[in-house]
Parts: sequence; structure tokens; C-alpha cells
Amino acid sequence: MQNHPVYTDNDPQNELSTLNLGPTHPATHGVFQNVLQLDGERIVSGVSTIGYIHRAFEKIAEHRPFYQITPLTDRLNYCSSPINNIGWHMTVEKLLGITTPKRVDYLRVIVMELARIADHIVCNGVLGVDTGAFTGFLYMMEYRESIYEIYEEVCGSRLTTNIGRIGGFERNFNTIAFAKLRKFLVDFPKTLKEFESLFNRNRIFVDRTKDVAAVTAEDALAYSWSGPLLRAAGVDYDVRAMNPYSSYEDFDFEVPVGTNGDVYNRFLVRNEEMWQSLRLIEQALVKLEKEPKDIFHADVPEFYLPPKEEVYNNMEALIYHFKIVMGEIPTPATEVYHSVEGANGELGFYLVNDGGRSPYRLHFRRPSFINYQMYAPMSKGMLLSDAIINMSSLNVIAGELDA
Amino acid sequence: MGKITNEELLTSINSKFEGQVTVVGEPYGLLTVETTPENIIALLSFIKNDPALQFIFLTDITAIHYPEQEKAIGVIYHIHSLVNNLRLRVKVFIDGVNCHIPTATTVWEGANWMERETYDFFGVIFDGHPDLRRILNVDDMTAFPMRKEFPLEDPNRVDKKDYFFGR
Repeated sequence: MQNHPVYTDNDPQNELSTLNLGPTHPATHGVFQNVLQLDGERIVSGVSTIGYIHRAFEKIAEHRPFYQITPLTDRLNYCSSPINNIGWHMTVEKLLGITTPKRVDYLRVIVMELARIADHIVCNGVLGVDTGAFTGFLYMMEYRESIYEIYEEVCGSRLTTNIGRIGGFERNFNTIAFAKLRKFLVDFPKTLKEFESLFNRNRIFVDRTKDVAAVTAEDALAYSWSGPLLRAAGVDYDVRAMNPYSSYEDFDFEVPVGTNGDVYNRFLVRNEEMWQSLRLIEQALVKLEKEPKDIFHADVPEFYLPPKEEVYNNMEALIYHFKIVMGEIPTPATEVYHSVEGANGELGFYLVNDGGRSPYRLHFRRPSFINYQMYAPMSKGMLLSDAIINMSSLNVIAGELDA
Repeated sequence: MGKITNEELLTSINSKFEGQVTVVGEPYGLLTVETTPENIIALLSFIKNDPALQFIFLTDITAIHYPEQEKAIGVIYHIHSLVNNLRLRVKVFIDGVNCHIPTATTVWEGANWMERETYDFFGVIFDGHPDLRRILNVDDMTAFPMRKEFPLEDPNRVDKKDYFFGR
């Protein structure tokens, strides 16, 4: 590595100290490097270096068929992989003009909202740890495990889920999944309430977070912030409400907004979003009652792999299987942008297709990447300990930052 | 404030940039227009600051490479009017070798890293950018890896030769 600007021109007497915060620092929860210039404990300037876990997903995606790109999206924001997976499926469905049955949409809403809760559990729990309260984190982490167990019932894996397929899900939700989901809906609200009462009016926590790293709505918009961070600054932009996808328009939920965009506001917004996610899941379960129980994918044999038994015993299924795997099904040569409300903000997929089996160009609009660029400028004048809290509440996920 | 349609947006843009902006299409309802490097910043500032349009949110900047085209690099802007809930895609095609385009950091600060990423992967030089360095790749890299001529795997690798696998 070379050419990293180290600020010396504003420091002729060499009075300031340079601190290399990261790339592997326990307080940053990921691979983030910030070269900070400190005057005592106050940050004078800083430069962020990113790219330590860059894996060239956009390049790899140009060499893979659509359905093999899903595992790449897992590894963007790995705290809420299902949102990435389903966002990608919906992008391809939009390209191909597939409409999914309502039951698929509602199942997707359940999975995506669970993922949002799991992501916010980590973010707010870790924010508590960084301010010195380990208890809340441990209380909440138990329920991330419950969510992962529900994922396991749905798709078989926990962290990098590869959940769903183009057109729907790879298999129907089983009864254990619904039982675990209902148990989660009973148990988690109690803990979330406990978590809130532990923090919301806690003198130490409020002192550490209130008015720390406050961001105006104008700044947040100028830096293209999205998600809970933008909403904490007072802008009610939520993709779910503004450009509903996966039948979010059928649901009744609120978009919480903050006032001054400080760490405390972001914490409250994320907590309230968890309550709203619980509401959404409960509504989805009620709506599912009215839908036929055996539908879990759209009827698109050209793009949805048939069950293996049928491939061996049914001519038509064998043909479709062959055509899907060999990429012999024409796709429209056009471009599509689709975005979903990821846990950190607007997660967009810009897909340019030339009619082949893999994208001509695929670009991920990664909210962490765009949210993180304000970090170094906004740290100026901040105490080092506040900058740590600020990074924690930005909830930058290294996988999504570097793609 | 009411939602405006793509036609109204286009009329508004055409009233200011008559002949400078051409419509590429409207795939999936997202109006796509093309303009030139000379007009791009004026266009972006106009749609951002126009009181009726208010495209205040820069969603994304990226690029695309068409090696067979005369103007091989396309820089693509996605802009979102949060007030009218309308999106717009703007494309600017520039030469693949001498690829210069003015920076959008004068309109949105947030364009900074998006343009650095575009430079890093496509070699697009954003004139006037405050800090145009590589961002995800190592600094001493010489190639621009998202260009189509750049292979996915290093052809000089010796650990993936067929004879190692009995092929």
C-alpha cells in the first residue's frame, strides 16, 4: 500500500499524533482502517481505507448464470443475507416479468423482516457493548440464534443462507418453521422490551450517545445516506413504503423517524423498526391463513428448477432442467434497477442483460459503502471514544462495504 | 406535492436542454436518458435544484464497458426524487481510452466514493474530483478490472493448469 495521505502540512510543530485505527481493531467490528490525526483525544482529521475484503463480486457475477449469483449476494451484508438473496431474486423476476403468488410474497416478507430484526439485534446490541453494557447484547443475541434456527428450517443454512430461488422458495415452509416462528413472536417482544428499558433512559447510555455524531437531514441526503441512518436524521425514506415490493403495500406498518440523526436517535429508530418488523410478521402470518398452503413458488418452469424426482421420471421436467442448467432460455436484453430496503438502507441491483445466461453488467448499490464515506469527514472534532460509538451505530458491514 | 410522470419530467428537461438530451428508453418504467459529458453536471444540477423536480437523492453512480462501441465507456447515474418518488437514469458515453467526465461531487458530496469506485474499476477520470484514488483495489494496481478485456482469473496462474487435474 502506498500514497495514503498523512496530514503533516497542518502540523508544522509535529504536535499531533497519528493513530492507525484498524484494519483489525477490536472496537471496529470488522476490517476497517482509519488513519486518524489526534490532538489529545480529539480527532483533527481522518482518512478511511477500505477494500480489505474486496472479492470482485461484480466481476464474478458476469461469469455466472443468474441463479448462481444468489450465493454472492449472501456475502454482502452477511448479518441479513436473506434480504440480499430475495432482493436479487426479485431483480431477476422483474427482468423476466415473473409475478409471484401472494403466498410467496408474504413468506418473503416474513423472512426479510426476520433478517432485519437479526441485523438490528447485532447493531444495537453491539452499540450497547461499545458503551460498556454487555448484558443487553447477550439478552438479544439469544434471539438471533432463534432467527437462525428458523432460517435453518426454511433453507438449511444459517448465516449465508442462499434462501429462495428465482420465482419463490426452494421448498415449502415446514410446520417446525412456523412453530419456531410463533415461539419467537411470543418470546422476543419481552426481551426487546427488557432491552429497551435497559437502555432508553439509562443515564450512562444516554450521556454517551445523545448529540454524538448528529447529522442534519441535508448532510445525510447530500451523502446519499439511506436506511435507519437517514430516517434517524428525519427523512422518512423507506423503500418498503415508497416503492413497495413483495406486496409490502398490503401491510400496515409505520416508518419511524428521528429528529437530529445522532447515535441515540439511530438506536431508537432501529429498536422501533424491530417492533414494526414484528408487526409485519404477525400480519403476514394472518394473511398466509387465507392463501393456499401448497404454493411456494411461481409457476415458471423455464426458470425454476423442477424437483429432482421429476427430472428422472418426467420428460418435460428433464427438458426444463437441462435448459435451465445449460442456460438455453432466452432472457430479455434490457436493463433493470431494483432496490429493496436492506437493514442498512437502500440495497439496489442494477442489472444490464444482453440476453445471455449471465449478466452483462451487475452493480450492487451497497448501502454500507455509501453510508460509510461520511465517517471520516464527520469524525473531525469528535472525541476518539465518540468516533468508535459512531462507527458502531453506522452498522457498516465489511462484506457490504467492499463487495 | 403530487407525483409527476415521466412525460412531465421529460418535458421539463427538454425545456432546458433542448436537443442535448436524448431518450434511450423506459425499461420497467424507469426513464433513461443520454447526454454528453459537457451537459451532465448542468443536467444533474438542474434536476436537483428545480423546485418541481427535486431529484435530491443520488442513488448510484456506476459505469459499463462496451468494448466494440466507439464510445466504449458508459457512466450511469441513478437519481431519485424523494419528493415526487420518481427515478431517473442518466447515461453518458465517453471514449474508452481518453475517458474524462466532470465530477458530480460539486452537486452531491456523496458522489465522492461512487466516483472513486467507478475510477477504480473502469478507469474513468472524473475531472475536478477532490481525491480520485483507487478505493477497493490495491493502489499499485495498473489495470481497470471491470473492463471486459480483463480476465476473471489471472491467465498466468500455474496452480490451475489442466495437467494438475489429469485433464
